Amino acid sequence: MGGLQKKKYERGSVTNYITRNKARKKLRLSLPDFRRLCILKGIYPHEPKHKKKVNKGSTAPRTFYLIKDIRFLLHEPIVGKFRDYKVFVRKLKKAYGKTEWSAVERLRENKPTYKLDHIIKERYPSFIDALRDIDDALCMCFLFSTFARTGKCHVQTIQLCRRLTVEWMNYVVAARALRKVFISIKGIYYQAEVMGQLITWLVPYQFSHDHPTDVDYRVMATFTELYTTLLGFINFRLYHSLNLLYPPKLDSKAECELKEENEEDYALNSECYLEKLSALSASLARMVSSAEEEEAQLDQFPVEGEDMEKLEAREREQKEQEAQKKLFDGLKFFLNREVPRESLAFIIRCFGGEVSWDKSVCIGSTYEVTEETITHHIVDRPNASTQYINRYYIQPQWVYDCINAKIVLPVEDYFLGVTLPPHLSPFVEEKEGDYMPPEKVKIMALQRGEKPAQEQEDEEEEDEDEDEEEEEDDNDDEEEDEEEDEEESEEKNLKKMEKQRSQGKSLQVKVTPGKMKVENPERLEQEEKAEEKRLAIMMMKKKEKYLYDKIMFGKKRKIREANKLTAKRKAHDDAEKANKKKTRK
Amino acid sequence: MEESSGNMRSSEPTAAMKKVREKTAKKRSKEEEEEEEEQIFNFKDKPAGKEEEDEDLSDSEESVFSGLEDSGSDSEEDEKESDDNDDEDDDDVTAVESKQPKQTEEEEEKEEVVGGVTEREEEEKKEDEYEHDSSDEEDIRNTVGNIPMEWYKDFPHIGYNLDGKKIFKPIRNKDELDDFLDKMENPDYWRTVHDKQTGSDIVLSDEQVELVNRLQKGQFGDVNFNEYQPSVEFFSSDVMIHPVTNRPADKRSFIPSLIEKEKVSKLVHAIKMGWIKPRRVEDDTRGRFYDLWAGEDSSILGRHKMHLPAPKIPLPGHQESYNPPPEYLFTEEELALWEQQDASDRKLPFVPVKFSSLRQVPAFSRFIHERFERCLDLYLCPRQRKMRVNVNPEDLIPKLPKPKDLQPFPTTQSLVYRGHSGLVRSISVSPSGQWLASGSDDGSVRFWEVCSSRCMKTVQVGGAVKSVAWNPNPSVCLLAVALESVVLILSPSLADRQVVQSSERLLSGQPEADTSDAAGPVIWSDTEGEELNQGIRLKIQHPKAVHQVAWHAKGDYLASVMPDHSSHLQVLIHQLSRRRSQNPFRKNKGLVQCVSFHPVRPYFFVATQRSVRIYNLVKQEMTKKLQANSKWISSMAVHPGGDHVICGSYDCRLSWFDLDLSTKPYKMLRHHKKAVRGAAYHRSYPLFASASDDGSVIVCHGTVYNDLMQNPLIVPVKVLRGHVITHDLGVLDVTFHPTQPWVFSSGADATIRLFT
Repeated sequence: MGGLQKKKYERGSVTNYITRNKARKKLRLSLPDFRRLCILKGIYPHEPKHKKKVNKGSTAPRTFYLIKDIRFLLHEPIVGKFRDYKVFVRKLKKAYGKTEWSAVERLRENKPTYKLDHIIKERYPSFIDALRDIDDALCMCFLFSTFARTGKCHVQTIQLCRRLTVEWMNYVVAARALRKVFISIKGIYYQAEVMGQLITWLVPYQFSHDHPTDVDYRVMATFTELYTTLLGFINFRLYHSLNLLYPPKLDSKAECELKEENEEDYALNSECYLEKLSALSASLARMVSSAEEEEAQLDQFPVEGEDMEKLEAREREQKEQEAQKKLFDGLKFFLNREVPRESLAFIIRCFGGEVSWDKSVCIGSTYEVTEETITHHIVDRPNASTQYINRYYIQPQWVYDCINAKIVLPVEDYFLGVTLPPHLSPFVEEKEGDYMPPEKVKIMALQRGEKPAQEQEDEEEEDEDEDEEEEEDDNDDEEEDEEEDEEESEEKNLKKMEKQRSQGKSLQVKVTPGKMKVENPERLEQEEKAEEKRLAIMMMKKKEKYLYDKIMFGKKRKIREANKLTAKRKAHDDAEKANKKKTRK
Repeated sequence: MEESSGNMRSSEPTAAMKKVREKTAKKRSKEEEEEEEEQIFNFKDKPAGKEEEDEDLSDSEESVFSGLEDSGSDSEEDEKESDDNDDEDDDDVTAVESKQPKQTEEEEEKEEVVGGVTEREEEEKKEDEYEHDSSDEEDIRNTVGNIPMEWYKDFPHIGYNLDGKKIFKPIRNKDELDDFLDKMENPDYWRTVHDKQTGSDIVLSDEQVELVNRLQKGQFGDVNFNEYQPSVEFFSSDVMIHPVTNRPADKRSFIPSLIEKEKVSKLVHAIKMGWIKPRRVEDDTRGRFYDLWAGEDSSILGRHKMHLPAPKIPLPGHQESYNPPPEYLFTEEELALWEQQDASDRKLPFVPVKFSSLRQVPAFSRFIHERFERCLDLYLCPRQRKMRVNVNPEDLIPKLPKPKDLQPFPTTQSLVYRGHSGLVRSISVSPSGQWLASGSDDGSVRFWEVCSSRCMKTVQVGGAVKSVAWNPNPSVCLLAVALESVVLILSPSLADRQVVQSSERLLSGQPEADTSDAAGPVIWSDTEGEELNQGIRLKIQHPKAVHQVAWHAKGDYLASVMPDHSSHLQVLIHQLSRRRSQNPFRKNKGLVQCVSFHPVRPYFFVATQRSVRIYNLVKQEMTKKLQANSKWISSMAVHPGGDHVICGSYDCRLSWFDLDLSTKPYKMLRHHKKAVRGAAYHRSYPLFASASDDGSVIVCHGTVYNDLMQNPLIVPVKVLRGHVITHDLGVLDVTFHPTQPWVFSSGADATIRLFT
């Protein structure tokens, strides 16, 4: 045989991985530079399948990068720029030390900069790839655009973020791409569908930030650098896909309308246009000024069998979406000054509504409070001082709930001073067996077109409700019963046996009148089946058994949680009812 | 002045000397008082400048001194004069008094105007005194000039007028009271200034007061002076006719600078060498976007296939809403739990809160944190591809034939045999299936009728019975019982006479002659008397405690097990007809747990702690060693076909061996929750059962096919429960009825149960 002895850790998965420090040495970069490079190039550590093997027998915690990734970094031009920057800093320090101010100036003028275009192109070879990854970029830009223009990061970055986010919102408005909105305690979630990709982003509430000290803003700034570039290119492409001008221009008609006499007081000339854009009240200029584009009718190919159903379902969905896009068509909103203007203006315009606000709130209001044609006035106060007759005064949640329900909900529940119905997350899709809050059930009924019961029948309805609830509870109980059936039957058996045993033990023979044992055939069958299953489970292989147990545990936990929620809800409702009765008395 | 005083002194009358001396004495005391006063005053004046204090001190010294001198001068003059002097002294004091506020006043004034009055004064004293006498400019009434007036303090005059006459100090007798009165009554007191040069009080006019006020405010003295006059640009862009300075131009302004030349040449060299780069063109393409994906060429390959895109942030649920349904809000207990938990253990990273309206929603305090954590996750968190198992749990359950189709098998408990008072360790069914023998810890062997659960016979053997075994030969009716170190052969005489006789015949066989070379320690003995009456026919005395007995299928041979670690004498095989015993093994291969004969062939199964050895008795060699893969074998049963073995073990497993297949178990059955105590095959039906400490007997269907290619089908068909767990022991032994699909089990609860 012969041959060289195989050395350990020279083949196999070891060769695919490299530790962080080794990678850093290979690239000759300092740790901060390495991290920045990783952020920009999207390189992340990998968890090897067999860590000990990769770690050459040691179990010390180490981060591993793929060696391919690191090799890929070797030829990155940005690395050169990093080195240039380091040299620049050193020269600058030296010049400062020697107080050579002319040299300082000269150096500053030649400060090395870099562009990330090629990295974006490399990371996202196709546009769809880029769109898929835009969630974090949007979140970050929206966060940075709310920063105060002092301290934490460069003013230019903040301005750029603001500009890009405004462009994005304008695009979403123009494309009517918004699908879902959710007011959470963290901020407002939006979900838009752009080119078939669902994009979700979170916008914080408009408050000044309490900057935490344990956050490394340099990391965030590096991410933002990348994200702004990405978002800029995406915006460009999206605007062109809609035949809009980029950088966005307001419609000439709208621009005339928005001209105001006190424009100069409002903002600097340079910022005025952006402010006007961010008001979101006017449509954007198109490259080819065409009237409503006729959407080409998609050809339909006859398909057979199941595909037909799918096709129909898709068509229905499409129709629904079209309807949702025109949700607020013809409605005119007016925003009172205490409601979040930007968010509401954005979503209302996304669904075809017209919106305006008080002139003093923001630039770009299109009509006054006194306008007769206003249909909805959004107020977030216990009561409005002056009320016009021919409009609804509603709380802002109505708008959000309408969008999520995809129908114009009845306004009664949202009047001023009324306790609002709970605001539900549109992102939760209840599966079989999941807990569904009753409000959701109600909304689904409305969506199906069922009329809600009249207010006058409140009492009866309540009673009915109770009945229904009880029924539901019964059902629930039954479900639970089914689960516990097995155990119960076992227990019964055991008890029976014990009884028999005890009878056997007592030697005094006693004859008691026998009881007719009513046998429930269904029950028996069920029991039989359950036993069969139990026996089959006994025969499972160890691995499968483990998996099965895990799955069943998860299922049981889910059911338990759902039951808990129902119980909580019931207790709450009961307490509320009792309260109501008390107050009535 | 000195002279004059001297003159005075010379002309003093002697007569008045005494009087004057008295007076001086008096005066001294008075002066001392005054001094005290002054000191007090000084104390009062402490906040004044240090220099002043010094001055004051010197003043007082001088005054003391002057007092002495005055005494001399006074002696010449009359009392009035001395009075006057007194007054002067008083004046002195007052002067000092008044001087201080004045001085401070002056200082204030002058500081504001020029600053550093005293210094200026001193300078004037030192230098300007002689150069140009400016004194006469101001006040020409006194010709002493600009000198400190305290030089004249001790004189009655303060200088000389233009004519050279003395200017006398004004006769003043102003003491503090007067001063005070003056202050109170004189409306012009505030504008009265003491002129040291003339010694008179001057009342300032309105204009003067105005001037002082202006100076105090830091304004110019002249009301009409305009301080904001338009400035005349001296170096202006306009070309003037005359040069600013009349200096002739330097020579260096005509010659090129050498230093500059050097610098320029350095720069030129640096540019040539490429050390200094020309100013970069302002690159404003950074924020400019274009269609990056214009030509979507596939030349740029995507990431390698190991690339794992980062998972998206999970979408929020109802509980994150600003106005969630009430059931999602935390109760107090949940909140307490949430607060107690470590941040990583929490199910929700936040506490759900309900706000009644949108305007009440505050900023989320951890917003930046969460974003930052996401960033960290994106670039620091190791990623791994995890296959999510997406299976229907129902699919995992193996498809087995329905137990219904595999009938018959025992399903219900039909009879309980009660009578034992200790745990029933072993049971055995007679080959006819009519009788059941059981051995218990209470020291008795009982015989039961299977169908009626009646105890037919009880034999007290006087020791805990470890094992009982019916002779499998249907033509004899014998029972082997193992207790302590004895194996008893019982003839229960529960059969036809013929059978009983044949068994008697078997037992009465004579021992072979050469017992000497047989296993020494085993002693065969017949029983007598009471024992014989009970049916005990033979006693085989072993050297050690016997745990198990097993019959050969023919019914002549009997194997007994004496587990012992250290000895090779663990298994003995007895031949009943010849009353012979032998130890088949020469070596100790481990602790023997149980033994069994092959039902057909001359094989012998020995289960040690972890393995089962199969010996060929004819060839006297080991044919196979089965690895049980369990920690401690407890029981073993051989399939009536002889090709399959099941082993129960104390670690809850039952292993099925297919002898043709492998030495490893064909199937491990982990059905029991606790140690398996017994295992049994049915003689004719494809059934086997295992008994365990968890109180259950599990009956399985195990079809063995004649076709070698087909593996046995093992299906659990019934879990039989009935035994009560006592002292952590459940079912101890299990055995099948020889002909019916019934199973007997004996338990630690002193009962035997029949399941049919």
